[in-house]
Parts: sequence; structure tokens; C-alpha cells
Amino acid sequence: MSLVQPEMRPHYPDYATAPTQHHFSPYADNGGSVVAIAGDDFVVIGADTRLSAGFSIYTRDQNKLFRLSDTTVLGCSGCWCDTLTLTRILTARMQMYQQEHNKVMTTPACAQMLSTMLYYKRFFPYYISNILVGLDNEGKGCVYSYDPIGHCEKATYRAGGSAGALLQPLLDNQIGLKNMQNVGDSKLSLERALAVLKDVFISAAERDIFTGDSILINVITKDGIQDYSFQLRKD
Amino acid sequence: MFNSVMNAPPFWHNGPAPGAFYNFPGASTTPQDFRQHSQAPVTTATSIVALQYKTGVVIAGDMLGSYGSLARYRNCPRILKVNDNIILGAGGDYADFQYVKDIIEQKIIDEDCLDDGFKLKPKSLYCWLTRIMYNRRSKFDPFWNNFVVGGIQDGEPFLGTVDKLGTAYADKIICTGYGAYIAVPLLRDAVEKNPNLTKVEARQLVEKCMEVLYYRDARSFPKYQIATIDETEGAVVEGPIDVNQNWNLAHMIQ
Amino acid sequence: MSVLCPETPAPGFSFANCKRNALLESKGFPVPKATKTGTTIVGIIFKDGVILGADTRATEDTTVSDKNCEKIHYLAPNMYCCGAGTAADTEQTTQMISSQLELHRLFTNRVARVATANQMLKQYLFRYQGHIGAALVLGGVDSTGPHLYSIYPHGSTDKLPYTTMGSGSLAAMAVFESRWNPDLEEEEGVKLVRDAIAAGIFNDLGSGSNVDICIIRKGSVDYRRTFDEANKKGVRQSSYRYPKGTTAVLSSKTIDVEVVDVTVHPIEPEHMDTA
Repeated sequence: MSLVQPEMRPHYPDYATAPTQHHFSPYADNGGSVVAIAGDDFVVIGADTRLSAGFSIYTRDQNKLFRLSDTTVLGCSGCWCDTLTLTRILTARMQMYQQEHNKVMTTPACAQMLSTMLYYKRFFPYYISNILVGLDNEGKGCVYSYDPIGHCEKATYRAGGSAGALLQPLLDNQIGLKNMQNVGDSKLSLERALAVLKDVFISAAERDIFTGDSILINVITKDGIQDYSFQLRKD
Repeated sequence: MFNSVMNAPPFWHNGPAPGAFYNFPGASTTPQDFRQHSQAPVTTATSIVALQYKTGVVIAGDMLGSYGSLARYRNCPRILKVNDNIILGAGGDYADFQYVKDIIEQKIIDEDCLDDGFKLKPKSLYCWLTRIMYNRRSKFDPFWNNFVVGGIQDGEPFLGTVDKLGTAYADKIICTGYGAYIAVPLLRDAVEKNPNLTKVEARQLVEKCMEVLYYRDARSFPKYQIATIDETEGAVVEGPIDVNQNWNLAHMIQ
Repeated sequence: MSVLCPETPAPGFSFANCKRNALLESKGFPVPKATKTGTTIVGIIFKDGVILGADTRATEDTTVSDKNCEKIHYLAPNMYCCGAGTAADTEQTTQMISSQLELHRLFTNRVARVATANQMLKQYLFRYQGHIGAALVLGGVDSTGPHLYSIYPHGSTDKLPYTTMGSGSLAAMAVFESRWNPDLEEEEGVKLVRDAIAAGIFNDLGSGSNVDICIIRKGSVDYRRTFDEANKKGVRQSSYRYPKGTTAVLSSKTIDVEVVDVTVHPIEPEHMDTA
């Protein structure tokens, strides 16, 4: 025990310089947006390819879609170092499952596993906005979206990432057909889903500074996964 | 307990505190901070400029070790030839760089001792770096560095970077520190106009970037090293090279 | 003072709500964010004048609030000023100095000098100790030749042959540092300024959209709004028009209007007294 309590020490203002502290944050916001739309026998997911930090662009060509199996794709945006780590562990877990059970993990099982893995890091979370898409056990398209600590929600369409809040209401209207009369409930076609996906990204690139450059799109059907790319504005 | 003399008003205001004219890093830490890890870089190096050309990669970095705002060490090499496949550049804390460098060099020695003909490849080193950096950031005790890995893998050039969080990406143009703001725009413009740069063109571009960085980055230095790697000439670290400076402008400003 | 003739407000800013706002802020009700023009603005001196350039993106935090705003402000017939920082501050400051310069011109019967504008701006900004967040690039040509100043929010100024400001200033400065020389022709100068702004637009997320350029020569000004449309908006794949009847009608009510009388008053146009 020291004789002088810390708060009792004399204060010499002229000599007291504040400690130079470099604040260390283990997280970074690397931006990016992900949009997924499911149909009856397909699901499409798109993510922009801009990786940024602050006001600068790291790269204009970063794939943020991760193929976990022939019917499952994960789209990530947020803290890129966490994304790299999470997806590496996920791939390993997929492989372990396959070798242990001699079958490929289904999309719903994968969705549950992702939730568990995120919650495992409840008090030091992976700072990622995840959207997992695939075909369920009946071959129907499905979309699962997550918060950073593992809350999982099944949906038919979802926007996440830096332009998520900007795009979700647009999808509610155009895909969910919310707040409209006499629009019927015609089945969503793949062409329409792809067109809306590209168009919402055009809008996001107009107004969100972290979304742009181009998008990569994965289309999952029973025949496999196809990729497309689409250019966005680069400013 | 203490009278008002001890809490006298400051002697003077709005100037540097006595003994604190230079802002030395990590100068004053109070005893209650003892549990905190190395949360501040001490001797630091500034930007790395790296560019992938048609058949290889070029990486450049100056030789200054800054101690806060003091240009303390003027002969700090931070561009490495790791093996015949890999060149490595580093910015940020110089002590952390030397520590990681020693580990990498030991890895290479261990590998040579096996004598199985296998050599570390650039993507493997890049991946390994993302893991050590991410592990340390997860312990809240980061290596305060930016690493830039260049090399040849399966006949193709590779250029990637890892920062202190473990954020990693590969691209044709990579600059760290002030280079990200000053050199990247110049390089992106040049590569857009000429996507298939030759080695000579790539080197000239990087040299120009080092010149501009010397004009505008206050923690830079006019002496630098350049490493190049390609299949024909292998990995070569050159330098120290002097920045080609031009201060004619200074005489025009009244 | 009657209601019909309200009191003239005291000149300068009103600080009436400062204490209330500080209280609100301490209770967790923050001040709304002002529109910032996270910007690239530049200026150069060329052989026979000054060229100013700016991007056209205005941002509110991380969203774009204006895709084609004007950042090159008029000060005087021979002087223009690019503004970065808080949009309202740059706009109001340049407008106010512009009117003061006009009064100065009428009083002295001479073309106002760029140095005068610089002095007025820096004294004004210094008075507010950086609380007026205007970072300016002032350029113009007067009887003493072309001049270019950069003015910082705290009131310090620089007189330089080429200068950049805003979040894209480093990208733009890199272009100048590698290509500027003292005897640029006008055409080369315009190209250099365009490339500097483009560097900001493409490499800085706070800058974007188009390039505006303003060329000031002795006795003439060439303001080229949207000199270069650096970014084209993507073409939408499908139409998003709503067919009639999409919006639900919740209730309707008819109000009959009864016309009692109609009168027509012809109005003679009145001309302004310019005597």
C-alpha cells in the first residue's frame, strides 16, 4: 500500500501531459452490402465487391460470397478480418461434418450451425452481417439472416450490410409486395429476382458511399450454382 | 492535505508543456496501465508501395524509423527477400516487424533443413500472416504492422496484404500508410491506362510514388529500398536508393 | 415596437438556444448532423490565370445527400471560391464575403483584389475560432496577376501555385505533385485539374459524381458546370411504375363548392424604379 493515495497526489498542471494513447479497436468496418432473394425453386444472392476502410477503397474486386456446399452460399459484410476467420472455420466444419456423417450438410443444418458458431462468440462477437442462402430439404429457395451474435431469422428476401437499411424497404415493396393493392400473388420468376437484385444495387451505389464498383451474383438451383457479375459506379 | 500551492494555476497556457515539446510515443504511462499490452507503436516505419506487373511484383519502402515525430533511425531496412518465391515489406512498429521477421526466417531455416525440395509459397505466408495477426488482435495485443507479401506462385504473380487486425486482401495495387491516400490514386490511374505493365514501367511508377510520398508524408525519408520478383530474374532487393527530388517550386513561392 | 414593424435582429449569429441545446445534449438528445461536403476541391495557377475544380457529392454521414451540388461559389466577377466542409458554412460565408466585396468595389471604384477577399475571409473565420467549418480554395485574377489561396476553418491561409482541400485532397495533391509545372497552357491545366478531381472522385469515398471546373483569366471567366460526367448512373433492368389502383383508398368524401359570384381584376405590370 502506498503512502499517498493516487487521488491525493499533488497536481502539477505544467508537467502533467496526458498519456499518449493509441486507441486500439479490434474491429474495423469494411463496408459492403449483401442482398438475397428466394423463389420456389431457386435462390439468388448478390454482394458488392468493394472492400473499404474509412474513406478509402482497399480493393474494387473482393468476392464476399462463400460457397459452403453445392446448395449453400454465405454472403458476409462488415468486419473483414472476422469474415475471413469465420468462413475458414465454417469450411472446416463443413468438411468435418461430411467426413463424419458421409453426407453434405443441408442448408437448414448449416444455418443452425452458423447461429451456434456466432453465439459461441457472444461476448467478443464476429462483427459481420451474415446472409445464408440455399435450397432446403424440399428444394425450395431459402434465406437466413443473422445479427452479429447469432440471432437467426428465416425469410424469403433480405438486404444486409452498409446499405441494408436503405434496401430492405424497397425489397419489402417490390418482392414482399407490401402496401399495395390489386397486385395479385404471381410467382416470383428468376428473371424478375435477378432484375430487382441488380436494380437495388444500382440504387445502393447511388446513395451509400460504401457500396459500389461491381456485384457478384450467385444463382442456386437444383442444377448447381451459377455466377454472374455486374458493374456498378466506381466513385 | 495539500495546500493551494500544490494546486497552483498553470504557469503558462497554450504552449507545449515543459519537456513535452516533442510528442514521444508511449512517453508517460501511469502505474495503473501495467496490465495493458503494447497498445501503441514506438519506433515506426511509414508507407509501403507495391505493384504487380505483367510477370512479377515490385515492393518499395523507405528506410526511416520514426520515434514519434522524431526522425530517429535512418537506416531501417524493412523490405525482405523471404526465399526465392517471396518478397515481404512491412510498415508500422519496427520492433514487432523484427520479431515477426525472426519467426519467418526461422521457418525458412527449418524448411531448408528438411531438404525435401518444398519451398514456402507466397499465398501460404500470406495466409499464415493473417492468422498470427488475427490471433494477436484477438488477445488485444496486436502486432502493430502492415505486411505486404509479393511473390510468384504457380507461374503467376501474387500480391497481398495483412494489417494489424488480420484484415487481408489481394490486389494488383497495394499501398499502406499514407501511400494508401497518395500513391494508390497515381498507381490506379496508371494501371487503368496500361494494364500490362512491364518491369521497367512498374519500377518507374513506384519510384515516382516514392518521390511524391517524400514531398507530402512528414514521416518519410529520401532513401528507400525496392524489391522485385519475377521468374526470369528471381527475387532481388535493391537499395538504398535516393529519391529524385526537385525543389524548384520552393523558389517560386513568395 | 409594433407587431407591424418588427425589431431588426441584431447582426451576427444568435446564440439564444445554446444553453438549451447543451442541456438537451447532456440528456442524450444530440444535435442533428449538418450536411458535410466530404469533398475534393482544387486550384492551380497556369500561364495566364487560375483554374478551380470541384467534385459534386454532398454527404450526410455515410449517405449521399446531393449527387450534383455546386461547390465552386461566386465571389466577384474576377474571383471564385471552392468550399469544403460544412455545406451551410461554405455557402453562407462565400455569399456574405461576396456582398462585402461588391460594396468594397463600389466604394473604391476598383476591381477588388484577391488578397482583399483572402483577408476578409480569414478575419471572419478566425473570429469564430474554427466553429465555422469552411475550408476554402480562393482563386482569382486582379491587376496584380493571378492568385490562389487556401483558407482553413481556423483562419490560417496559404498562398500557393497549386492547392487541394477536402477529404480527397491527398489524392488530388498526388496528381499535382507529379504533374504540375509553372508554365502550363490552359488546355493542359484543365486536363490536370480534371485528373486531380477524378483522382478524388474515384479514390476517396467522400467525393463523387461529376467534375466542375472554373477557369479565370484576365478579364474573362469560363465556368464549366459538369465539365466531365465522371460517373454514369446504372441503367435499371425493369420498370418500377405503379399501375393505377395500387394505392388503397381508405375513405372518400365529396365537398360541393357553390360558386356565388365571379369578378376579374386586371393587373397592370409594374416596372422597377431604376432611376
